[in-house]
Amino acid sequence: MGGGGGDSSEDTAVELGDEPHVLAVDDNLIDRKLVEKLLKNSSCKVTTAENALRALDYLGLGNETLEGAVSKVNLIITDYCMPGMTGYELLKKIKESSVLKEVPVVIMSSENIPTRISQCLEEGAKMFMLKPLKQSDVKQLKWHLMKCRN
Amino acid sequence: MDLVQLQRQLVDYRTSLYHEGFLDEQFTQLQELQDENNPDFVVEVVSLYFEDSERLLNELSKALEQQIIDFKRIDAHVHQLKGSSSSIGAQRVQKLCIVFRNYCEAQNVEGCLKCLQQVKHEYSIVKTKLESMFQLERQILNAGGSVPV
Repeated sequence: MGGGGGDSSEDTAVELGDEPHVLAVDDNLIDRKLVEKLLKNSSCKVTTAENALRALDYLGLGNETLEGAVSKVNLIITDYCMPGMTGYELLKKIKESSVLKEVPVVIMSSENIPTRISQCLEEGAKMFMLKPLKQSDVKQLKWHLMKCRN
Repeated sequence: MDLVQLQRQLVDYRTSLYHEGFLDEQFTQLQELQDENNPDFVVEVVSLYFEDSERLLNELSKALEQQIIDFKRIDAHVHQLKGSSSSIGAQRVQKLCIVFRNYCEAQNVEGCLKCLQQVKHEYSIVKTKLESMFQLERQILNAGGSVPV
């Protein structure tokens, strides 16, 4: 995740003290509510999406590539198992995008499957987290996020 | 009943729910997320859980009544129910969902039907218990006290 080299005024590096903007993607309503609260409690601004397509729409990836566009978010956290496009497929799409590929992506899953985990990390996911998420997980996540920027 | 008795009753009741395996530490996580800005957070999330679970249980009943059983669809619903039960700490429901998914994978209709009944049963028990707990909390608040952590 790069801290410099962009000519956009609002790149993926967040200044210390700012509230990182996180996009949380999960098809489960209860999990969305939970991850939102966890992130807000860690002083993050949160946008939620109920599936990968909605997430891509929000990110501006929809069906067109946007020239010169900047990422609205500093972090994307997504569930792995989602109907339609999975979190892994979403991760790939993000990494293929010149605008978004520097945005850290974290994958969550209720299932601890080593091949799944390594697959995601190899594709460029920053972290893999096991559900249900706890406050300590999000604190650790934020620490990593801040650390990487410096 | 006076305030102190109510508070003690709540603590005892809550402790029993953990001891009996109805709730696990994830429920504690939920409570820790509640603060002055969101004083009703736990009740809100649990209410969402109730609504969503009832919807899923209805879907599961319908799916198991079909001539041709769509096990993939059933598994998807159970996966959802397992996920949300896990997220709020409804341990017994979550554990039954794991068994349920095994029957789905084995395409065992009898097993699925039996599991569904068990899940419905456990779900209604935990729902009743949580509602009783919330009622106790309301009584405490109405009596001017604070809910012990």
